[in-house]
Formats: sequence, C-alpha cells, structure tokens
Amino acid sequence: MSKTITIDGNTIPFEDGQTIMEAATAAGVYIPHLCHHPEFTPHGSCKLCTVKVNGRICSACTFPAMEGQDVLNNTKELTDDRQLITQMLFVEGNHFCPSCEKTGNCQLQAVAYHLNMLDNHFPLFYPSRKMDASHADVMIDHNRCIFCTLCVRASQQKDGKDVFAISGRGINKQLIVNAQSGLLKDTDIDATDQAAHICPTGAILIKRTGYQVPIGERIYDHKQIDQVSLETEHHQHDK
Amino acid sequence: MKTFIQDLAEENRYQPTHLLRILRAVQSHYHYIPEAAIEQIAELLNISRTQIISVVEFYSFFHLSPRGQYELLISDSITDHMLGKLSLIDYLADKLNVAIGEVRQDGVVSLDNTSCTGMCDQGPAGLVNGYALTCLDRPRIDQITDLINQQKPLDQWPAELFFVDDNIRRPDLLLAQAVQPGTALRAMFKRGVQETLAEISFAGLRGRGGAGFKTATKWKFCSEEHENQRYVVCNADEGEPGTFKDRVLLNSYAHEVFEGMTLCAGIIGAQQGFLYLRGEYLHLYEKLQSVLDERRQTGLLGNNILKEGLNFDIEICLGAGAYICGEESALIESLEGKMGIPRNRPPYPVTQGYLGKPTVVNNVETFMAAASIAVNGGDWFARVGTEKSKGTKILSICGDCSRPGIYEYPFGTSIQSVLNDCGASDVLGVQIGGPSGTFISNHEFDRKLAFEDLATGGSFIVFNTSRNILDIVNNFTHFFAHESCGFCTPCRVGTSLLKKQLDKIIDGHGSAGDVVALEELCQLIKTQSHCGLGQTAANPVLSTLQRYPELYQSKLKEISYEPGFDLDGALETARRLAKRTDAGAHLAQVEEES
Repeated sequence: MSKTITIDGNTIPFEDGQTIMEAATAAGVYIPHLCHHPEFTPHGSCKLCTVKVNGRICSACTFPAMEGQDVLNNTKELTDDRQLITQMLFVEGNHFCPSCEKTGNCQLQAVAYHLNMLDNHFPLFYPSRKMDASHADVMIDHNRCIFCTLCVRASQQKDGKDVFAISGRGINKQLIVNAQSGLLKDTDIDATDQAAHICPTGAILIKRTGYQVPIGERIYDHKQIDQVSLETEHHQHDK
Repeated sequence: MKTFIQDLAEENRYQPTHLLRILRAVQSHYHYIPEAAIEQIAELLNISRTQIISVVEFYSFFHLSPRGQYELLISDSITDHMLGKLSLIDYLADKLNVAIGEVRQDGVVSLDNTSCTGMCDQGPAGLVNGYALTCLDRPRIDQITDLINQQKPLDQWPAELFFVDDNIRRPDLLLAQAVQPGTALRAMFKRGVQETLAEISFAGLRGRGGAGFKTATKWKFCSEEHENQRYVVCNADEGEPGTFKDRVLLNSYAHEVFEGMTLCAGIIGAQQGFLYLRGEYLHLYEKLQSVLDERRQTGLLGNNILKEGLNFDIEICLGAGAYICGEESALIESLEGKMGIPRNRPPYPVTQGYLGKPTVVNNVETFMAAASIAVNGGDWFARVGTEKSKGTKILSICGDCSRPGIYEYPFGTSIQSVLNDCGASDVLGVQIGGPSGTFISNHEFDRKLAFEDLATGGSFIVFNTSRNILDIVNNFTHFFAHESCGFCTPCRVGTSLLKKQLDKIIDGHGSAGDVVALEELCQLIKTQSHCGLGQTAANPVLSTLQRYPELYQSKLKEISYEPGFDLDGALETARRLAKRTDAGAHLAQVEEES
C-alpha cells in the first residue's frame, strides 16, 4: 500500500522524496505557483504555493510529503493571502498587461485571474528599471522581473551555462547577466536556450515573436492556469 | 592590483568559501570592489563574476563604486537617535562638507548611516573603515574632522576614540565566576562525553539567541547523523538593535566561549569550528585571534587536545553588514561565501549545514553557558530560573536609564526589578528582544524574563515618557525594510509596503481604513514570510497597535479617503519646469467641502 497525505480532505498517494507540490500535481491537484517548475530544483521564494500542513504554514514546492500530513490548500484564508502576494508582485514592478506582448501567455497574469485579483490593492512602487535590448534575439525588460530565478536555474541546470543571477538585497534586488559589460549581448545565451523561454512573466522575451500568436488564441485566453499547469506539469513531474 | 589580488587568493587557498574574507580585504584596500578585481577573483576562485557581484551588492559594507579613504558610518539604532544622533550626523556632514550617503569630491571621506553597531550603551556610535567609534559628541566630531582632513592614518588616531567599555553591571551565575581555560574540557574528559551531554540536558540549557531550542537535543541530533564531518558554528552576528552582550562576552570571556565550542566538538565529533563575527565587531578580531593562538599553544585547540585525542580548531569569519546573517541558515550561506539568504527547511543545519554537513549553530552565550555547566554540573544551573527557563539570561540594557550595560539575571526576574536596577524612571515602555521582539507598556512590568513569558536574545531598550512611540516604530520598520534579504515576496515587498503605509499614517496622510490596511499587511508578512526576519518584521507595529490603538487612530484625517500619493507634491516638477508658483498651479489634495 502506498503512503498517503490528505489535501483539503482528499486522500492522495505520495512516494518518498516527493514534495507536497509533486504529490499534488501527480494526483491532479493544482497548487498555485510561479517560481516552481518541475524540471528544476525548487526555490520556495514566491510563496504562492503556501499551504497549511497540520496547522503550520509551509511552501508546498519545497516541503517533503510525509505520512500523516493533513494539507489545506484551497481555503479562503490561503486564497486571500495568495491574492495579496500576487498583488505585491504586481505593484513591486511595472506590469501593464494591455501593453505587454506576453499578455495571455503570462503566468503572473494567469495566476492573478485564477485568484480573482481585480485590482492592485497596494500602492504602486513605479520603480525605475531598465531594458536590455542589446542581444540580437533575446531581450530583458527588467520592469517585469519577479525574481523567481527560473532563468537562473534553467541556464545552470538545463543549458549548461551560467547567464543569469539575482543580485542585490531586499527591494533593490535585480536580475544581472554574466558579462563584463553587464549586457545580454555579451553573454553566451542563445535564443534556443531554455533560459530564454522559461520566464513566467514578460521579463525575458524572444525578439520578433511577440504577436505571432494573436491575442485571443493564447495559452490562457481560453483555459485557466490550473488546467494548463496540470496538463503540462503532470507529465514533467513523472519524468 | 594584480599581485595584491593574487596574493590574497593564495592566502585564502583559492577557496570560494573565503569570498567574503577576500572582498573585505579588497574593500578595505581600495575602498570599493573594482571591476578588474571582480574579474580576477572570479578567475582565481573559479566562480562566476555574477556570484561575486551578487555578494558585493548583498552586503552593506561592500561597494561597487568608490567610497572615501575614510568610510564613516553612523549607527542608526533607535538608541543612537535617543542620544542625539540626528543632529550629530548633520553636524558631521556640515563639518566634513560631505552629504550623507555621498563621497566628498576629493575622495577623502564618505559618510552614511548603518544599522545598529552594537554600542548602544556608549552611543552615539559609528564606524570608521570598519572600526568602532563610541560616545560621539561635537568635540569628538571636531577631532575626527581634523584627523580626516589631515589624512592621519587610523593607527595614529587617539585610542580613546576607539575605546569600548564592557559596562558589566550585574554579574550572576556565568559572569561572576569565570571558567579557567581548560577546566571545562578536563571536566568533560573526566566525566565522559555522553555524561557531559547528559549534564547539559539536565541543566535544561536552551539556545540563548532567543528561539530557545534545547541545546543538548540539538547536539544529540547532530551527533547522530551518519556523516564523517561535522561543524560547530558560533553565531556572533549580533545584529538585533539594542543587543551588545556578545560583544562583551567575546571581549572578556572569549576563553569560555571557545571552550564551549570545543566541548561541543568533543560531544558531536567535529573537527572544525567557526566563529561568525559580525563585521561591526572588527575591533575584536585581533584580540580573538590571539586568544585562539594562546589556546593552540596550551593544547586546548588543534591536534590531540589535552592529549585526549580530540582534534579541533576554530576559524574566525567576519560578516559584512547584513542583519539577516544572524538567521542560522543564512549565516551558513555567508560562511560558504554566498549571499545570506535563509535556506528552505527541512533539511535543518543539524542534518545538512555548512557544506551540506551536520552543523551545530549556537549563540555565543549558549557556548559559554555550556562550558560553565561542564565545570559546575547541570544541577548548579538548573537550580536557578523557572521550570521552563533554567539558568540566567544576560541582558544588554540601554535607552533611557542611568546605568546602561550588561546585566545577568535569573530567568523569572520581573521587568520592574530590572528597571529598578538600571536606574530607569518615568518609564513609558520597554522593547524586549529588540525590534523583532515585543514592546511592553508600563502596565506590564510585573511580567517576567522567560521563554514562556518575555523571551529575549538579550536586547532590552528602555523608553521614558518623553519618547514618541510612533518614532520608535518607524525606526524599527525602516530597519526591517533595509535588512530584508529580498528572497521571498511577502517580506521583500511587504516590509517596503509597511514602511510606506506607516509613513503615510505618521505623516498625516492616513484616512479611515488605513490602520485596518496596516494591520492586514502586518498579518500577511507575519504568517507568509520565509524566515524569522519576515515573521517578526511587523512586530513593532503589531505590538504597539495592540497596546495603543488610539495613537494610530489620532493620526488619521477626518476624511474617508486619502490618496496614496501627494497630489500637489506630484506637480512639483511641472511647476518648476513651467516656472509657476501661482495658486492656479496648485491642487488641493481633496476637494474642499462647500
């Protein structure tokens, strides 16, 4: 008999070594997340996947599944907090969905819709952040970076490179690239690298592809992120 | 520069774990970390330049652009403010002709604020090129200005500028009877290693950093891990504003602390220990090194300690200005030469700590207490204190009292008796455990020092009735926003939002609903943050909001809504460009009621 945990009262199986997130995804249970991706080492920083395990707050993407865990995921309390955390990510950067070419394909936007976020709630920071369009095929719009480190991890763990890093402290964090000039064009990134495609927001974009798929036919235009996430990540977690 | 960096890397055996040490040397030599140095260090240590840049940008004492040959930092702790820091730093900026946060044009001097430097009993305090300055006043600032303008090397400055007093006011169990070097180790070998652990367990010793985990249990867990390498780390990153007891312990009781670490090594089976000393305590570094040397020469450290077959040595690692490194897993990251970002747990340091190996991290005072328990027995310690909090606690008392300094009390002592001893009168409240702790009002002085009532890592700041509570809360809230590592969303964004929201209310721009919004934000930061820093960052607001709700309410405007920004202020640039000052160029924040 396999070991089990419960999520919102439903019993789901898990294997030793799985995180709560992995067990949930395998069982078809969506836990909202942005910095987590099944192919990479969990990071645990965005805090959207916060669940309550036997009364204690934990990040589902890093916390190991263990026998006897009673996990709360889809509660009003947690959803409210997740919405507030998403709103924090929106006000911290400059996220103007209508003018962003990632709209409809953006996980930050899709999570916001999923959590029924209707406004920014908090005052906007309007930070002054730069763009880096130096590279021929890939560009960085720092305004939209949420410091999830997926590009950092993808570059190191998948592409076998070390193009990105998160630098700085606190609210002054920033994405930096591995070149003496500080410019993307002087790194060894290629447009085919996974790091160039993994960004959950519109911070790292492939040039000249922005509107190839028209608005209305994009990933999250007809499906919610929970459905998309389970369809794509279920498979990846099994690998 | 090439040979300087080359020698430095060689001295550090090209170890990436020594990155902070290397960067400290570069910063101290060049007064910034030059681009060329980054490239060369990256090559020599075989790490990426981004790793170096991220470390430089993480720690407050490293800079990518040049600072002055004399880097002056003035402590921004609330206690420094209470001693007149604000007018003093203005005076200093004026005398030196340098703006706060800037480098003077000739490059000789730079001036800035820094988080609490741990000199709260002898402030206002500061640092010059990392070395502590105490008891600053106008005559001293005149003196310092002259020394800087004459470009006198630091070693020719008068010693009294750097004099740091212990101010031990009330010794008890630990401070009254110093343990002679070697006696705790001899007692351990005589009694037996397991038996010594049992004594520490019987003593009921709990971690003195504030969290209060049972020390013997931690050591036992670590010793039970199936690994061949283990580490002992002493957390001397005493960054909680208002705390300075570890400074005094390391100045006058260093043997006991190192003895406690060695004791721990004997019990858990470690060969290497680290003292992580906060950068602000650079002045202690040489002295501590000589204590280590003395111990090596007398067979208390190194190979075959006391000829009992124990091999153990201790290395001192200096921090570089980051409060978060007091969190044990962030401290371990920092020891490894990285940014101080708290790790995900599990695994805990006792199973996977330094370089992934089982590691015990304890506070300075904990190791010292362990050494004393090994000598005097568990019962000697357990007899004192309360049922759940055995022994004594060493407090750093500062603020509005006539005798600030170090006080050791049995757990269970009432706040009132502490206040009587330190000469506090007309008290408004006390901040127990620093900004991350609790503010208690003058109706609560019968409460007790104890893990089960008022837990504290040692910070005890007294405020008299002349103080404004909102000023205090504001200082603490800005501190947390400055020190947040930025790893998780709730703390990174939340502490900055909290700062803005509090500023809005204090500046009189708050309206109905703003206090509710403040509390909602506090709860979110408290419950959702990744580590203890975030989880306690809202405590200053929450503990005062609970006790003085009317104070916050009184700041609110009588209108139902106040925009989050200053409407008229936002037009300032436009007015300047249009060179207009007439009434028509101004907007009222809210339409006047007719």
